[in-house]
Amino acid sequence: MTAALVLPPCLLLLLAAAGALAGRWPAPAGLPMARLVHGGCAAVSAGLALLAVLALAQGGVAAALLPLGPPWAPLSLGLDALSAWFLLLLGLAGLAAGLFAWEREGAAPPRRLLPCPLLLAAMALTLLAADAFTLLLGFGLMSVAAWALLAAAPPEAGEGAEAGAAARHYLGFALFAAACLVPAAGLMGGPAGDLSFAGLRNAPPQGWVAVAVLALVLPGAGAMAGLVPLHGWLPLVQPAAAGPAFALLPGVAAPVALYVMARLLLDLGGLGQPLWWGAPLMVAGAASAVLGALRAGQERDTGVLLACSAIGHAGLVTLALGLAATLRAADLGPLAALAAAAALLHALAHGLFTTLLLLVAGEVRHAAGSRHLDRLGALVHAMPVVALCALLGAAAAAALPPLSGFAGGWLLLQALLGAWRVGELGFQLLVAACTALAALSLALGAAAMLRFWGLAFLGRPRGPRTLGAQEAPPVVRAALMGLAGLAVLLGLLPGPLLMLGSGAIAALSGHPGLAEAAPLSVSPSLRGSDYAPLPLAVLLGLLGAGLVALRHRLSPLPSRRGPAWDGGFQAPPPHLPFGDPATQPSADGFARPLRRMLADMLGGTRGGHPPPPPHDTGPARPEDGFRGPPRGRVPGFLATLWERLAAAAERLGGPGPRQGLVLGFGTLALLLLLLALLPEGMPGGPAP
Amino acid sequence: MTLFPAILTQLLHAALLVALAPLLVGLVRWLKARLLGRRGAHPLQPWRDLRKLLRKQPVLAEGASPVSVAAPYVALAATLAAALMVPGFARGMALAPMGDLILVGGLLAVARCALALAGMDAGTALGGLGAARAMGFASLAEPAFLLAVMVLAMLAGTTNLDGIGAALGEGPAGLRLPLGLALLALLAVALAGNGRLPVDSPGTTLEPAMVQEAMLLEASGRHLALWEMQAALRLALWLSLLAAVFLPFGTAPADAGPLGWLLGLAAWGLKLGLLALALAAFEAAAARMRVLRVPEFLGAALLLALLGVVLLFLSNGLA
Repeated sequence: MTAALVLPPCLLLLLAAAGALAGRWPAPAGLPMARLVHGGCAAVSAGLALLAVLALAQGGVAAALLPLGPPWAPLSLGLDALSAWFLLLLGLAGLAAGLFAWEREGAAPPRRLLPCPLLLAAMALTLLAADAFTLLLGFGLMSVAAWALLAAAPPEAGEGAEAGAAARHYLGFALFAAACLVPAAGLMGGPAGDLSFAGLRNAPPQGWVAVAVLALVLPGAGAMAGLVPLHGWLPLVQPAAAGPAFALLPGVAAPVALYVMARLLLDLGGLGQPLWWGAPLMVAGAASAVLGALRAGQERDTGVLLACSAIGHAGLVTLALGLAATLRAADLGPLAALAAAAALLHALAHGLFTTLLLLVAGEVRHAAGSRHLDRLGALVHAMPVVALCALLGAAAAAALPPLSGFAGGWLLLQALLGAWRVGELGFQLLVAACTALAALSLALGAAAMLRFWGLAFLGRPRGPRTLGAQEAPPVVRAALMGLAGLAVLLGLLPGPLLMLGSGAIAALSGHPGLAEAAPLSVSPSLRGSDYAPLPLAVLLGLLGAGLVALRHRLSPLPSRRGPAWDGGFQAPPPHLPFGDPATQPSADGFARPLRRMLADMLGGTRGGHPPPPPHDTGPARPEDGFRGPPRGRVPGFLATLWERLAAAAERLGGPGPRQGLVLGFGTLALLLLLLALLPEGMPGGPAP
Repeated sequence: MTLFPAILTQLLHAALLVALAPLLVGLVRWLKARLLGRRGAHPLQPWRDLRKLLRKQPVLAEGASPVSVAAPYVALAATLAAALMVPGFARGMALAPMGDLILVGGLLAVARCALALAGMDAGTALGGLGAARAMGFASLAEPAFLLAVMVLAMLAGTTNLDGIGAALGEGPAGLRLPLGLALLALLAVALAGNGRLPVDSPGTTLEPAMVQEAMLLEASGRHLALWEMQAALRLALWLSLLAAVFLPFGTAPADAGPLGWLLGLAAWGLKLGLLALALAAFEAAAARMRVLRVPEFLGAALLLALLGVVLLFLSNGLA
């Protein structure tokens, strides 16, 4: 089995090399090199998904040392249930993204072919790692690959955002994450310096070391997962990224960062921790959940909107992880398992539907020429299959039963509703606040997804370019339909999935699996309420079919078409074939009620009615917008750090992929050196 | 042995619900008119309207997509499924094990989203406005709903409606403050969920004030009939839910036999009538609110529910 672990990253690296050298070689057998690379990525991803399912079913693959790496930290690969769970997400999303790229990036220039397989390889390495050094190596490589990807984006990709600036911005966050995680791993390794997972798990951090580890891992992994207040890069990067990777960054790379957080804090460091261990995670998660969903309902660019929605879902997963950690500390094993199950299920569902929606946004941009909600509309007529897939994905993201978003949300809410049993008043108040915020986030997410789908696909066309939209080609449709099917399937079968992932639940919660998971239903406890999605879907189907049959009996007249009544508004003049565009809700107009009701209260927005000039008879023009996310949200020291890093990156010349690699690897090597030296230099450590 | 009465009561419940829901809407309208000193239409009027609408030929707007056609079926099926899970005259019906409060909330969200999409489908100004407002109100109501559910879950140990009803019905009698606070919060959520906040006026079509009705402007014929039935079922669902949780006495067990069912039916009818009277009195008495006041209204509901939760925490800590 070890060969199966080593092979996929090596194949992906080979593909990356092939992509980098694509310009020098002629295309083999008439197949363009880009297609070869993306097809290869899809095939390897499918293999990874298969490997993950096998590992989940068989209980994992034992760790094996590789003849690589420094003598003090040899690389080792392994696959336990927790990493297999996230590897499944990587495989499925990578497969869909590869298929999408096969069609849409088939003629990409060589410089854009290198980063994509590299990103996949790095994520696979992070997930397959069996020691902290390999984990961080993969994580760092992932940052570098993502940075190279942004730097290689075509200049026209950014609608209003400069790709280079976004790449530099990302680099700042990635370096911050590495600077946090490497010392954290050093601290966890302790004086013995044993970085293997088994060794780390036997010696969880205690005392001030535990505080330091938590204070380093949460911002470090949180920055890459897009948690508030370190989420600034995710929306910025979105307009600049090109190719299928724009979907993989929030859809898979952010969950991989969540995996790193869960691995370091819950699996390796979770044993015997005090009650407050999960509280910072819960606070950060709840804040991200609300702010991400709120901002998703206000943004105009579909890519940015979906990235913000991803921040919200990552926040929900983090909230569930923090809850699991605290419940484990309070010796409430079954409840901790419930929270861990919620985190795992929602992470998987979120990764898949976010990837789906971002791929849809990419396809819409290709077909209708824009990602801006104010230039879309009525696409359901032109691209019905894409619209249906998007509807399923949006409904899953809106946590509507019986789809996948609801299953994870239900488990999370049940865990929150049971968490008062911990008994500490302070923690109970935190739980009550988190329950209200999680509910608010789910409802705001639903409003945001409705706005996204309704404005992009329904209504009248908002621009002539929309009329030229065409249905997606078969390969893209297959990728989208596959992901949409998974969004439904995961929602219908949470019980079997969680039974399959019981090892991962045990790793996170210390309790052997979810007690009340049956093939048809899940339940928080023996006395608790059941959630049975498959019977629910059957019931809904029967009722719907019954209604349709009844309609044929009671009201047989076929419907006819007529002009829209529109509250009696007069018909548009002939020179406006789709009516007056100003009478249709715009992206800002649709967001306005919630903005007035909520966003002003929570801050982060600016708006108002500027006083009109005298004798102005025009309509009122409210000015709305979000206060600049990057600097307003980043604390002061980080802003200066970012400025310096940006200046340093600028001195290195244009942000080409090669310089990026050199810089990234150099930084990584430096930080790893620090890691190796740190235990000796640690105050209070034993004398060498 | 218990399967047969469970299925029988479920079918009876479904038939009664479908028959009673429009009647309940008519009753509220009639009571409100009487309270305002008007004569009011006959309580059967909604049924007559439904029959008339079903016979008419529906007109679809020119730019409308299949969403306009499919949405009313989706919304009605989801609302009906949710309503079937809420105990009415009997407890322990066939679908009772699925009757989870969070799931009921989710099914109502499905119906709400379908309604909002139907409102946005034709690309009209009022439809979009109504959809945006309705989703905004729902977002604000959700935290209050969940905290009220938290009070109930802490008291009953489950979020299953049957379980909550049984636990609260068997518990010691007397006024429980957290429960009262949760009741107030749920009442506010129910008003918001039914489009009966005092900003909205289901009876009129005063355009700037419309929220729910604005989304239905393009619906006609049987589509409008389906939407009206959905709204009626939603009202019946919320009133049954409030009755099942806060007035849990008198509900018959599923295997009580016809006589027991009849008693349960009388109790259910009484409770629904009382709640309908309360709703009509509230609507007749309440002054209209500005739209931007809704966050404060629902924020107050959230605060009350939070107060209930904190009171429970404190009393649990003392016990």
